[in-house]
Amino acid sequence: MVSSRNFLLAVPLLAGLCVPAEAARYIVTIQGMAFGKAPPLLRVGDTIVWRNKDILRHSATARSGAFDVDLAPGKEGEATMKQAGPVDVFCRYHPTMEVKLMVAGTKGRTE
Amino acid sequence: MFRESLFAIAAILLIAPPAALAESTKPNDAQIAHIAYTAGALDIAAGKQAIAKSTDPKVKSFAEEMVRDHQAVNDKALALVKKLNVTPEDNPTSQSLTKAADTKRAELDKLSGAAFDRAYIDNEVAYHKTVNSALKDTLIPDAQNGELKALLEQGLTLFTAHQMHAEEIAKSVAQ
Repeated sequence: MVSSRNFLLAVPLLAGLCVPAEAARYIVTIQGMAFGKAPPLLRVGDTIVWRNKDILRHSATARSGAFDVDLAPGKEGEATMKQAGPVDVFCRYHPTMEVKLMVAGTKGRTE
Repeated sequence: MFRESLFAIAAILLIAPPAALAESTKPNDAQIAHIAYTAGALDIAAGKQAIAKSTDPKVKSFAEEMVRDHQAVNDKALALVKKLNVTPEDNPTSQSLTKAADTKRAELDKLSGAAFDRAYIDNEVAYHKTVNSALKDTLIPDAQNGELKALLEQGLTLFTAHQMHAEEIAKSVAQ
């Protein structure tokens, strides 16, 4: 017989066995008026940490409106990928600065 | 046409300064700092005029970018010369850049609407091309101090992105 306390302990254990690989955090550095390379294995649920190492203020803004991260010089900000598909990112202050992300779905996660 | 010759004068002065710099044909760090700061300050002045006069949101936004970015770089330049205990030294190159920019600004002052936008953005393309060449060919190679050189290189990266942006806008501004 499973007591209620044992059951409560068992649930997170069982959940731990079923949960997909942990969401990843990727750092993308902005420097010299350019975004660093897009992380190649980006998936829904992953977070990008945008790090501004430039002397000017920049932003990491999704053209779709999915995220808009303002970045003073030396600062960093995050954006979590919520949808699969291509994401065009640009800098609001310097629109010729661009990077294209490709977000894969979560289906590939559970190996 | 007139505009091009003014910038040609500025460019020539950068490559072959007049007899005033008798000891060396190369600008020293104090003069380089002055030229770089002046180039930024002139673009800020041009940007402020465009913010006040432009009727095209892309042009206005570009002008705001010029004011913001050049102010940021000039602030860094001021901090650096203070740290290095260098007093920026006025020189014929800074003077000719200033004169050309003042003339251009007066010319633009008489324009309005699409004519202003066209003239402003075309001048921004030409101006950035001139300053980028000066940075690449003279100011960066001749700079003695490593930190000054590094800041000028950052300036060149920035000015190059600005030039690209100006060129893109120039394509879309009405003729």
